[in-house]
Amino acid sequence: MRVQGLLGILVLLALILLPSFLPIYFVLLFTEILIMGLFALSFNLLFGYTGLLSFGHAAFFGLGGYAAAFLIRDWGASMALAMLAGVIVAGAAAVLIGYLSVRLDEIYFAMLTLGFGMMFFTLVHQWREVTGGSDGITGFGSPTLKLFGLTLSLGHPVHYYYFALAVVVGSSYLLWRITRSPFGLLLLSLRENPERAAFLGVDVRRYRWFAFVIAGIFAGLAGSLFSPFDRMASPTMLHWTKSAEPVLMSILGGANLFLGPMVGAAIFFFLEHIITKFTTSWMIFLGAILVLLVIFFPEGILGTVVRRGHGKG
Amino acid sequence: MMETLIITALNGLSLGTLLFLISMGLTTIFGVMGVLNFAHGSLYMLGAYMCLQAMRLFHNFWLGLLVAPLAVGLLGMAIEVQFLRKIYDRHLTLQLLLTFAFLLILDDAVRILWGAGYHTVDPPRLLAGTLRVLGRPYPVYSLFILVLGPAVGLALWAFFYRTKVGMIVRAAAMDREMASSLGVNVPKLFTYVFFFGSWLAGLGGALAAPLRAIGPAMGEKIIIESFIVVVIGGLGSFPGAFIGAMIFGLFDAFGIHFVPRIHMAIPFILLAAVLLWRPRGLFGEEI
Repeated sequence: MRVQGLLGILVLLALILLPSFLPIYFVLLFTEILIMGLFALSFNLLFGYTGLLSFGHAAFFGLGGYAAAFLIRDWGASMALAMLAGVIVAGAAAVLIGYLSVRLDEIYFAMLTLGFGMMFFTLVHQWREVTGGSDGITGFGSPTLKLFGLTLSLGHPVHYYYFALAVVVGSSYLLWRITRSPFGLLLLSLRENPERAAFLGVDVRRYRWFAFVIAGIFAGLAGSLFSPFDRMASPTMLHWTKSAEPVLMSILGGANLFLGPMVGAAIFFFLEHIITKFTTSWMIFLGAILVLLVIFFPEGILGTVVRRGHGKG
Repeated sequence: MMETLIITALNGLSLGTLLFLISMGLTTIFGVMGVLNFAHGSLYMLGAYMCLQAMRLFHNFWLGLLVAPLAVGLLGMAIEVQFLRKIYDRHLTLQLLLTFAFLLILDDAVRILWGAGYHTVDPPRLLAGTLRVLGRPYPVYSLFILVLGPAVGLALWAFFYRTKVGMIVRAAAMDREMASSLGVNVPKLFTYVFFFGSWLAGLGGALAAPLRAIGPAMGEKIIIESFIVVVIGGLGSFPGAFIGAMIFGLFDAFGIHFVPRIHMAIPFILLAAVLLWRPRGLFGEEI
């Protein structure tokens, strides 16, 4: 834990200073890493902490993204309002999907969430009149932030970077507190041994449902940060292949550590950045890396580093 | 009207037949080894490309139909021996992820080897052209698939329920440890089962080659479709795979015809409805 905390503070300092010594390209790259990292952290509350593998998590990410895009385009809403809308829409969907999905577990849970996620994908993809179909929603102005009567533009990448950093760090802190709370420990018990938890009088479904909704809310928040950043909300945000990304990131970084998925997101995008310099087919490399990782470092990169840091054990 | 319904049903059943072959491989691998193979759709796609390649080299579809599934089966076998075998004792998620890694690798490899464009394969001369069904032209090749599918299904059934090897496979599916203590070489059996499942995926791909456009996205689509089929039918269940595939095919074909706008969502609605009604699928063991 101490290693992780120290690492966290150092990284945070570096992130704050980053735009002053790195070119704008990296500012954009890190904004994406932060947002997708938050998405992965929200996923890992279900996966790493509750033991539920969701394959439809992108639905909440995408719904948050569309809600924000709608509000900014049609109402000229500020970021705070856009994010609130993203959270509400994603949260409402998570309440419904979660309620039905937590009846199942293991592979069946994964399949059911996949099914629900893809229903939302097809809804967004086919309902052209409202969602723009496969073109998505584009052409909305640069996001603004209204604070104490002031209107700040977040159009500049560096401004948006700092905004995203603040939101992601704040949300990560909240999520971390949740995992350390009695509720979070209860989730761990559901991951380790749901039957035993049930014998002890825990309403397994109810707590899984709560975890699902919280995860959906933070995924929606990440989505509502992503579409103003990308200046676009497209159906691919909801597709199952997007749901696979936080799975990869969690495993890359290490699903048993709180910051594992965030580190995984960073590794993911850096690998993409480096490999696509040489070749267009980076998926084949990602696949190869994944094979090595699964076989030799199943605890993920951060997991392995932290374990080494603690000595053997 | 009646003719339209029957033609639509034929289309649905021919899609269902293909899905059945692919899902049989998926469900056998899951039933025996407990691995949900994400790369199965990519193996199917590889079967189609191998068939295309054989056609280019030998100009003979039947040779392609023979060689392609064999090549895909051997590749699956190599994946099992070299990689999958090392992580049987680990968590299910890691196995899922390993096969997902092979999905990424195979999909990109196909793009590198054959390009990102679409290809077509002509059906063999014997099965080219159309036949009149209820006064309407219907491709002979689709009818061939319709006949071949159940024939393969019957052969599989006979293999699993009428031969000793089939019995051993079913025994291992039921209780791995018990089979092992009775003298079954389970690791070897797993390798054969993975070969067999991959072979079926390749066979499905080779058979689909003249029916569908061959492109790098075809694996990603079919893997979700066959997941839905096996989950609807009940993971690990052979009759489940058949019924699931036919239901899927029919819903899909009638969906395109009657409700084209929401047709894309139908498989997922079907999946969710079946899982909520029967959490282990139609033929799965109840919990």
